[in-house]
Amino acid sequence: MALTNEFIKSRLTEKFGPSITGMEEPYGMLSVTVPRDLNLKVLNFLFDEPELGFRFLTDLTAVHYPERTGEELCVVYHLHNLVENIRIRLKVYAPVEKPDVYTATGLFSGANWMERETYDFFGINFVGHPNLKRILNVDEMDYFPLRKEFPLEDQTRIDKDDDMFGR
Amino acid sequence: MSDHFNIKLPEGSIEKTTTTLNLGPTHPATHGVFQNILELDGERIVKSDSTVGYIHRAFEKIAERRPLYQITTLTDRLNYCSSPINNMGWHLTCEKLLGVKTPKRVDYLRVIIMELARISDHLICNSIVGVDSGAYTGFLYVMQYRELIYEIYEEVCGARLTTNMGRIGGFERNFSNAAFQKLEKFLKEYPIVQKEFENLFSRNRIFIERTKGTGAISADRALNYGFTGPNLRASGVDYDVRVHSPYASYEDFDFSVPVGTTGDNYDRYQVRNEEIWQSLSILNQAYKKVQEFKGAEAEVFHADAPEYYLPEKKDVYTKMEALIYHFKIVMGEAEIPAGEVYMSVEGGNGELGFYLISDGGRSPYRLHFRRPCFIYYQAYPELVKGSMLSDAIITMSSLNLIAGEMDA
Repeated sequence: MALTNEFIKSRLTEKFGPSITGMEEPYGMLSVTVPRDLNLKVLNFLFDEPELGFRFLTDLTAVHYPERTGEELCVVYHLHNLVENIRIRLKVYAPVEKPDVYTATGLFSGANWMERETYDFFGINFVGHPNLKRILNVDEMDYFPLRKEFPLEDQTRIDKDDDMFGR
Repeated sequence: MSDHFNIKLPEGSIEKTTTTLNLGPTHPATHGVFQNILELDGERIVKSDSTVGYIHRAFEKIAERRPLYQITTLTDRLNYCSSPINNMGWHLTCEKLLGVKTPKRVDYLRVIIMELARISDHLICNSIVGVDSGAYTGFLYVMQYRELIYEIYEEVCGARLTTNMGRIGGFERNFSNAAFQKLEKFLKEYPIVQKEFENLFSRNRIFIERTKGTGAISADRALNYGFTGPNLRASGVDYDVRVHSPYASYEDFDFSVPVGTTGDNYDRYQVRNEEIWQSLSILNQAYKKVQEFKGAEAEVFHADAPEYYLPEKKDVYTKMEALIYHFKIVMGEAEIPAGEVYMSVEGGNGELGFYLISDGGRSPYRLHFRRPCFIYYQAYPELVKGSMLSDAIITMSSLNLIAGEMDA
């Protein structure tokens, strides 16, 4: 039986009831929102259930929405069932004051660096991660650069102008 | 030993018998800026720790201020051994978000460029594996054909390494006759060279002994680590984005997905060689399909999407609509729908994904690159544990790690 978005939706609702929200299918990919304390349970369920079998973590990243009070940071998982060839997107929202999300490293070894990268840029604290430290930026950095409150350099500034080399 | 260095160890303490070796970040054998701190017992690796990020350039942040068409230049600099694939992947992502349908001829031209890029990527990787096992000839020999591929890029877009090729909806101009002639030359001459290259290595006793059984990973572990591309296929999983979710009309082509069995360096080398042959076959098919277009169809090189595709300069001076669209596109004010889209292409070293969130503004709200080698490089300590130092070097080059892609 081919796995369909409808089937995944029904299985998720059957198992987790109304706690799974925000079911959408933008551009054909099923996207669901999972409460913060259930993210590992849902990942486990998707991983272990023989009919679902989402055993490949394609991507893990985060997005910052400063205007959404209480759920500013959004961790996004892209999972892939390679046998049925279907993808699913999982979103977990966390408040910016206490961005604790359970780590997925127990399920996917590949989540290790992806979570470190997400921590590095957004400051998501992955609870239980074996080695949660910065990966691409320098260790001494004391802010999380991909958050929206860090604007890029103002391109109209003139204090760095140089007669020989421009900016 | 401690006497020799005049170090007084406390009574009853165990002497450290391993050696710490700092390999990189600018070691000639690492082919890029990678640092590995190795803990060696004799010549065997006990533990290794990788540091990445030396050429991190904050592309994801920069992309948040740029209009879509200016982000193409950022994607060049990810995997710079096959930048056209990144460019095309980015255009395909934009087209998916904007709902632009490309004509078949554009798709086939893209396939030609992407397969050329794949060949150049694989032949660099394979010949570097040769260099690291002590055979420099193969590397120099195939370089002249990479040069020919770069000349084809040059004919198509004017640049060689960081190509910035194509536009949303197609190409900036039609392929010239010189480009097709060079492609014909490549298709005629390269198979012979590839055969010779394989003759040098594939049954070479030294090469086999250096690569077989080193840096191996099982299919299970590879999947768990998020391997994609030739490295995953070498361990026996036939996952190829071109087949699983075809883009740019890959479904029109007849090709097979080579797989290995053990996932060691030799299998990775063999899978890449076979993929070069498959790419050559796709190139032949695509070139034939391109030649089959007749009349006006044979001149099509972009989609009919005036809102996103820059109009011809002479139209800008004579037609009102063209002037408006030209202005809007150049100023980055083309209308972008709000939405989120994930699009992936089969890059030279794995699944290259673009996760793009647009809030309807002029630039992406968030753009994330799924960089395959960033994800599989974390398996490196596991791959080299217990192996010799010299095998670790070969493993590193056979994984096809590209620093620019890893650090984004």
